[in-house]
Amino acid sequence: MKVKVLSRNPDDYVRETKLDIQRVPRNYDPTLHPFEVTREYTRALNATKLERVFAKPFLASLDGHRDGVNCMAKHTKSLSTLLSGSCDGEVKVWNLTKRECVRTLQAHEGFVRGMVVRYCGTSFFTVGDDKTIKQWKMEAPGYGEEEEPLNTILGKTVFTGLDHHQKDGVFATCGQQVDIWDEQRSSPIRSFTWGVDSFSSVRFNPVETELLGSCASDRSIVLYDMRESTPLKKVIMTMRSNTLCWNPMEAYYFTCANEDYNLYTYDMRYLDRPVTVHMDHVSAVLDVDYSPTGKEFVSASFDKTIRIFHKDRGHSREVYHTKRMQHVICIKWSSDNKYILSGSDEMNIRLWKANAAEKLGVLAPREREAANYSQKLKEKFQHHPQIRRIAHHRHLPKSIFQQTKELRIMKEARSRKERNVRKHSKPGTVPVVSEKKKHVVTVVQ
Amino acid sequence: MAKISKKKVSKKSLKKSTKAPDKVTAVVYDDEEDLNEADDNITSEEEDEEDDGGDERKRQKLLEAISALGGKRKKKLGERSEAAVHMSEFTVNAEGEGDKIDLAELIGTIEETPAVPARTKKQLKSLQQSKRTIECPLSKQESERIQRDVAFQKASAEASRWKGIIGQNQRAEQLIFPLNQEPSGPKPMERVVTGWKAQTPLELEVFALLSANKQPINDPILTPAEEASLKAMSLEEAKIRRAELQKARALQSYYEAKARRERKIKSKKFHKVQNKGKRKELIKQFEEMVKADPAAALEELNKIEMARMQERMSLKHQNSGKWAKSKAIMAKYDEGARKAMQQQLEVNKELTQKLVTSLNNEEEKEKEETGEAEVIPDFANDAEQGLDSSNPWMRGKLSEDLTDKEIMIVDLTAEEATANTAEKEEDEEKAEEVEETEQETLLREFDSRRKLRQAEEAKTGPEICVDDEVESKDEAEVLDASDKEEEELSKFTSLFRGLTDRHCDAENEQAEAAAVGSHMDAQLEEGLMRIRTLEDVELLIHKGSATDEAPAQPQLPPTTETLPSATLKEGKNRKRKRGIQLEEILTKETKVIQVQLTPTVEDTEDSNEKLDQRGLIKEAFAGDDVISDFLKDKRKQEEAGKPKVDELTLPGWGEWGGMGLKPSRNKRRRFRVKTAPAPPRKDQHLPSVIISEKRNSSISLHQVNSLPFPFENHAQFESTIRSPLGRTWNTERTVKKVTKPKVVTQLGAIIEPMAREELIKDKKQVSVGNKSSVDLGKRNY
Repeated sequence: MKVKVLSRNPDDYVRETKLDIQRVPRNYDPTLHPFEVTREYTRALNATKLERVFAKPFLASLDGHRDGVNCMAKHTKSLSTLLSGSCDGEVKVWNLTKRECVRTLQAHEGFVRGMVVRYCGTSFFTVGDDKTIKQWKMEAPGYGEEEEPLNTILGKTVFTGLDHHQKDGVFATCGQQVDIWDEQRSSPIRSFTWGVDSFSSVRFNPVETELLGSCASDRSIVLYDMRESTPLKKVIMTMRSNTLCWNPMEAYYFTCANEDYNLYTYDMRYLDRPVTVHMDHVSAVLDVDYSPTGKEFVSASFDKTIRIFHKDRGHSREVYHTKRMQHVICIKWSSDNKYILSGSDEMNIRLWKANAAEKLGVLAPREREAANYSQKLKEKFQHHPQIRRIAHHRHLPKSIFQQTKELRIMKEARSRKERNVRKHSKPGTVPVVSEKKKHVVTVVQ
Repeated sequence: MAKISKKKVSKKSLKKSTKAPDKVTAVVYDDEEDLNEADDNITSEEEDEEDDGGDERKRQKLLEAISALGGKRKKKLGERSEAAVHMSEFTVNAEGEGDKIDLAELIGTIEETPAVPARTKKQLKSLQQSKRTIECPLSKQESERIQRDVAFQKASAEASRWKGIIGQNQRAEQLIFPLNQEPSGPKPMERVVTGWKAQTPLELEVFALLSANKQPINDPILTPAEEASLKAMSLEEAKIRRAELQKARALQSYYEAKARRERKIKSKKFHKVQNKGKRKELIKQFEEMVKADPAAALEELNKIEMARMQERMSLKHQNSGKWAKSKAIMAKYDEGARKAMQQQLEVNKELTQKLVTSLNNEEEKEKEETGEAEVIPDFANDAEQGLDSSNPWMRGKLSEDLTDKEIMIVDLTAEEATANTAEKEEDEEKAEEVEETEQETLLREFDSRRKLRQAEEAKTGPEICVDDEVESKDEAEVLDASDKEEEELSKFTSLFRGLTDRHCDAENEQAEAAAVGSHMDAQLEEGLMRIRTLEDVELLIHKGSATDEAPAQPQLPPTTETLPSATLKEGKNRKRKRGIQLEEILTKETKVIQVQLTPTVEDTEDSNEKLDQRGLIKEAFAGDDVISDFLKDKRKQEEAGKPKVDELTLPGWGEWGGMGLKPSRNKRRRFRVKTAPAPPRKDQHLPSVIISEKRNSSISLHQVNSLPFPFENHAQFESTIRSPLGRTWNTERTVKKVTKPKVVTQLGAIIEPMAREELIKDKKQVSVGNKSSVDLGKRNY
């Protein structure tokens, strides 16, 4: 006789050890879960809402400068150290974890124009309005010792910018011309001029380390190769660029912050048109810095806001502002990709989170998984109107809001006029000029 | 031509030089053309002869003036005085240093020296004789420009080397920063120990012992013997593989032999039985396929259909062949012959019978849905394809039909062949299935089931989309009515076509505008409101819905608002005419209006084929009455919309029940549930329009109304939305895989810019290819 008996394999429901999580048998058959999309939509909506609620990017303000903060430098080896130079020639070294100033030195008379930390992190260079380049030790002088620079180089003209080579003892300054200096020598090993213009900033390419870019006051961006005797190429735009920053992960891309409220990302090889035009600021953009992952960059503007852009999107994903922050002059993205530091006119340095709603500190594995999941959900449903509406909402000060509106109206009017002109003129005489082409005047070889 | 710049000397040196015995200065008169040179030479000679400095200067000036008269631009040679010559403490003076050096003088000695090769001599001679001047060098600006250009080319080429890596990183599903991380955890001993050396005698002794016995010095490394055994393992593997291959080959040959044997068997009965078995098997497979893979099943069905058609066309089993005729003669007398003929006819019947399956209906439904899912914009774009004037109703769907036809044409193969291929396919599938793990099959099944279910659900989705079309129809209708009521409806169709197109264009533009705003790229919606709590977010939603409704409404109002006015205006006319018009005019043949459409590339490409297709379609739809179909459709929809009376009476409750007994009327009335009548349909007064009543404005608020940027079609977008991410619906591993973040950074680690080493690494990977990947796999352990 056949007897049917219930038989179950304990392997299916018994944990191996006490530390394992309980086995929960689950039927994944989709026919049993008819509301998966709706449920996920609700989850996405909630995640988006929570993200907005938790979006508190402002972390701390470092005060201590007695004049506007004019430049900042990241420490190359330590995440918690920040250097800042102000308009009265004072340089301060900050400890970011303690949020306090650890060292103050009077570096220059007049502005500290540029500052950079040597690649080894043992010393840093400053340039100032007093036509000097000074090299300082990173450690504070011992008790009784005087604060003195390691080296001082007297230049003929004022230096306006400074950057250090990624791996060698070579640095570049700009002013009347772009100079390349060996650390061991007191005169430049090479100097580049092209026309008679002053330069506002010079940056080494962090990947192709021999290349440099600089912004000149004749509205041009000039590229150099340290090994060549002549500059490489220059592109002249409709308005002046203030600074530029190379992408640290993609060798031939750089972004420049322009006076015409926009930022332009260029491919070094094809300067005749920018790859992307980043719009959203309502006043001149003063500084730009790439995130170390090379995916995003942050820009500081005269309109008292900081904006974060994705490197190939035309509009910002985030805008930061506070009531007290004035014109933001310099900006840095910390080299662990987590924080943003901004120095502004009203003598403060502000510490922001790069992701406004991100939880700081170490996450438990489950927490991290949940965060990843909700992030993916937000991405999945980002096109749904309700979710988009919430995710894209940002608060803006009234003045900037009005200005944005005004600019939009102006832009519309301009485009309408252009359209009308085109409509009423012989076909082909008024060509459509793309936004990208509009801002480039010419490329000079 | 070698020219040595002349060195002019001051007066003092000149005096000195005159003291020296009369030297021979070879005055070389260069070509007459080279005026400057000649002049200079003359001056130099004369300078030598003259003593008086003042005079000489004047003379010099004069000569210069004269030479300047020559018209050619004179280039002044650089003047340089060398102090060292006349300040020499040894009173040695260079003789004739004021003179011009001639090439001939320099070369003169070469003739005597035997060491100089003949070739060089020849070259120098030719140089001496050549009288061309060197081209003047480029201007500084130009030469600099060339330099810059060259330098830029070099730099950009250098930068372009990164292209591969950049592309790779952009495409990567996940990037982990910092890029060149040291693997965490304990490091292998050999790496730690590299710098360390045995020093003490004990250590030395131990190491000597170890090395003598071929033992590993560092912990994790294997002994040579072990390594050798590892290598042997690979040999074993090779053996196993070879055995497998042998077996497969043998099996194949057996099969072949068997097939050959069977083909040779002459017994009819055997073949009959076999064929029957095969057919049964085929049907079984087909039924399985219907469940598992409807698309393939449909294809199979098409093939069967094709075979049927061929059978119908051919005279194969029609009892008209030679054999049949002979049998027909015999039939009178022979029972067997009659039977054979009967059988033959039966076979024919069987083969020409139409196959009806549940799948067929389903597929048709699905087809309809997919057709509907393609919302107006696509349809508008496809309009050129459907230039066919013979059947304006087919414009939207023409492309799909064409593809179907093509499939049909392709599938014109014999029945046996199809059967064979089917078998083969089945085999292949089976093989694949064996390879797949159980989990995968399970997942796949889930996926397919999910798709099926979603497809059913999707029915409601597309209809909402269809609404737009319908609305546009509606608008068109209204306009038409208000403009010319008496116009024939045939004209109306074309007009409507144009209108919908325009409407579509407008919609497209709108969608584009929306898309511009709705990209990821989209601007942040910056406002003056600050979000602090969840309540604020809620508020935001309401605000959003209010604003969202605004753009959504413009689509609706024109229908709802203009409709009454239009109907009011011509309500009476309409009432009188509508009934008559419908019956009389709609059933008339439509007049064809040639509407010029913009010519397309496709048009020019294969007009011949197109003509054929047009003919085909004309033929195919000759008997179809599209308009009556439409009316039927509408009626059906109206019926479906009417409230249904539900009878909830349960027989036998409170009464006697049984065969032939009905529950009493009283009771039935009591349990009859009447739902309230639906509001009047929107298309009540519109004869040629169906407006779906299923549209729900409260849902549409939450729906995406235009195709988001990266997606190319609706199906793509829908499928991404359809696939769930959460662990409620997916296995743990899938969830992990799906929710992997794009960028991972390590907490508290400095992310250095990309280093040149990455480039080298990349190159190596490309060049070495397979081998390296294997190695890397090993290295990971």
